[in-house]
Amino acid sequence: MSEDFSKIMVEQVGRLFERQVSKDVLTLADHGEWPQGLWHAVSEAGLPHAMVAEASGGLGLAPADAMSLMRRMGYNALPLPLAETMVASHLWVEAGGSPLDGPATFAPVTADDRIAIAFNRGGATLSGTARHVPWGGDVRHLIIFARDEGGQGYLVNVTRDVIATSRRRRNVAYEPRDNLQLDQVRVPLDAVAKVASDQDEDGLLLCMAAIRVQQMVGGMERALDYALTYANERVQFGRPIGRFQAIQHMLAIAAGHFAAASAAADAMAEGEKFAHDRFAVAVAKSRCGEAAGHVAAACHQVHGAMGFTHEHALHFTTRRLWSWRDEGGSESYWQEWIGRRICAMGGEALWPIITGTR
Amino acid sequence: MQAFRFEALSFPPEARAMRERVRAFLHEERAHNRFAAHRSSWSTFDPEFSHRAAAAGFVGMTWPKKYGGGEYSNLERFVVTEEMLAAGAPAGAHWIADRQSGPQILKHGSERARTTILPKIAAGKCYFGIGMSEPDSGSDLAAVRTKATQADGGWLINGSKIWTSNAHRVHYLIVLARTSPLEQDRHAGLTQFVVATDTKGIEIRPIVNIAGGHEFNEVFLKDVFVPEDMVIGHPGEGWKHVTGELAFERAGPDRFMSDIRLLISLIDKVGTEPSERQAIAVGRCVAHFSALRRMSTSIAGLLERGERPITEAALVKDVGTAFEREIPEIVRSLVPSEPSLDDEEEFSQALAHVLLHAPSFTIRGGTPEILRGMIARGLGLR
Repeated sequence: MSEDFSKIMVEQVGRLFERQVSKDVLTLADHGEWPQGLWHAVSEAGLPHAMVAEASGGLGLAPADAMSLMRRMGYNALPLPLAETMVASHLWVEAGGSPLDGPATFAPVTADDRIAIAFNRGGATLSGTARHVPWGGDVRHLIIFARDEGGQGYLVNVTRDVIATSRRRRNVAYEPRDNLQLDQVRVPLDAVAKVASDQDEDGLLLCMAAIRVQQMVGGMERALDYALTYANERVQFGRPIGRFQAIQHMLAIAAGHFAAASAAADAMAEGEKFAHDRFAVAVAKSRCGEAAGHVAAACHQVHGAMGFTHEHALHFTTRRLWSWRDEGGSESYWQEWIGRRICAMGGEALWPIITGTR
Repeated sequence: MQAFRFEALSFPPEARAMRERVRAFLHEERAHNRFAAHRSSWSTFDPEFSHRAAAAGFVGMTWPKKYGGGEYSNLERFVVTEEMLAAGAPAGAHWIADRQSGPQILKHGSERARTTILPKIAAGKCYFGIGMSEPDSGSDLAAVRTKATQADGGWLINGSKIWTSNAHRVHYLIVLARTSPLEQDRHAGLTQFVVATDTKGIEIRPIVNIAGGHEFNEVFLKDVFVPEDMVIGHPGEGWKHVTGELAFERAGPDRFMSDIRLLISLIDKVGTEPSERQAIAVGRCVAHFSALRRMSTSIAGLLERGERPITEAALVKDVGTAFEREIPEIVRSLVPSEPSLDDEEEFSQALAHVLLHAPSFTIRGGTPEILRGMIARGLGLR
């Protein structure tokens, strides 16, 4: 897809979200209702297969453009596993499969869940636990990373209805993050694809982190939009509160966090493959997560009690920011990884790593 | 609000070659123990170092050859700047002349100012100080009271300046003075002058800082004569020059790398097997540093293309200097240390040095309190 076309597409999708993701839709999603109309609209636009190559029937969006789309999803608090579906379908097609039909997600997405695969009787069985799977109970397909006894990794396309949900749970944005129990789940061989030996569970965690990074950047932009508008409108002591230095400085500091987070997210969006540079993902996830907390706090403070009501839309964004910063590895998870890596190499390695001149 | 985009800066081949060149130079300097990286930075005044850096072509890099420059690109200069900072090079003698005084003279100065001064700066032998602040004019720069009145063939300056770094060891100051009376528009009627520090009527008194160092000074000017051709630009343009191009200096790597050597020392100090707490704190610093460098390089790329990202530049300085201020606090929280400038251990000295200089990071060149007001305006708060 050409660069111009991608840009136009991201803009159009932004407008689609702007029209379709209403407060009513968000409220219903909060109550656990699957927004079928919204899913239909994004499907009509071909978005579930946005990251699938054009030759395979997708839109062939480059990683950077896919990440721009994810920012728009974050900006509008899109209550659907669209980014998850895009990535799941992309992974499955890369592994030799066909684009997935219907909403999809992938697992495991926590740092320590593992799924085992065993081959027998002309098929395979999967066993293990995958926790906090986004929309794990709602999707049609799950792309699962599993390993056999010898440690070889596979991607497995599992239809949702064969898996037991051990617990339906929601994050603080009330989006489903389900615990799935795979107890000798039987899958046919054509649903199993071997992956390259350097691929591991970590690849999925990186994908999840990268999605949440871009959604957080979009979400922070939205929260700041709300706060800046409110600060210019709300009058106290005879003037808009945005004229008070205390408010100005609070928002300027929040903007600094947002800018630094955007920079880290932009750096992560580069490269030919999605979420492949572990250092860039780690930097972006930890910097965005930290920023998200600060930005959400400042934007709530600006809104006063109004922002604490269900009536104002701010919470649809801030509750997602609070959720996303912990999903795909929290700040401390990624910071520790960066810290251990740098310390193992010694102080003089810092600058060459930062400049990419090792 | 306008979302921020920090696009990639792809350094051209000549900039990458320059990185190798300056690294080789700095490697040589350190191999011969010519400076103490753990206790120096861009504010460390070392004329010998400046001579050697200039001889190697690293001062006045972007200026025309006829003024002693190297006609290198801004990005080649950017690379040299950040490599000097990363190495802890004591580049303080030539830093201000190279970063802002020289470029201002090149852009707005007279031909005589250019031909007599720029080659000496580029040779690493002529240094500058900034004469902006006054006893009653700090953050409120437009309140300057130092006055310049027209005299035969030039101007007579009367007044005083304060916090003038290196006034006692530089050759020139760029003095901001009022050339017409204060009127409705406070920003009108200000002019910058290139003033030689050995001019009759200048008295310089030291001010010792909390680290025990003599860096800044009080400068008294009594009927100091400045020839007409040492005016920068036209009279009345001072505010424009000070707030214009200089504003973009805020996005430079010297706004977040002043104590990067201490972070490097910390990494070595905690060793190859850090505790979880140490690893997390170090990783957080590295993530912050990485994001800041991305912002800074991206803005360098925008400037090169002629764009003027003023809010982004102010954000780099606000976020960057906060990062610099945080480093010594993080260091002491991770490694037991009772810092001392006299300690036999370099780490202890480095921490003491940074601790004692850190308060200046968020004062020099515009405080966060001023920056945040500008950022708020940029965000559309009114």
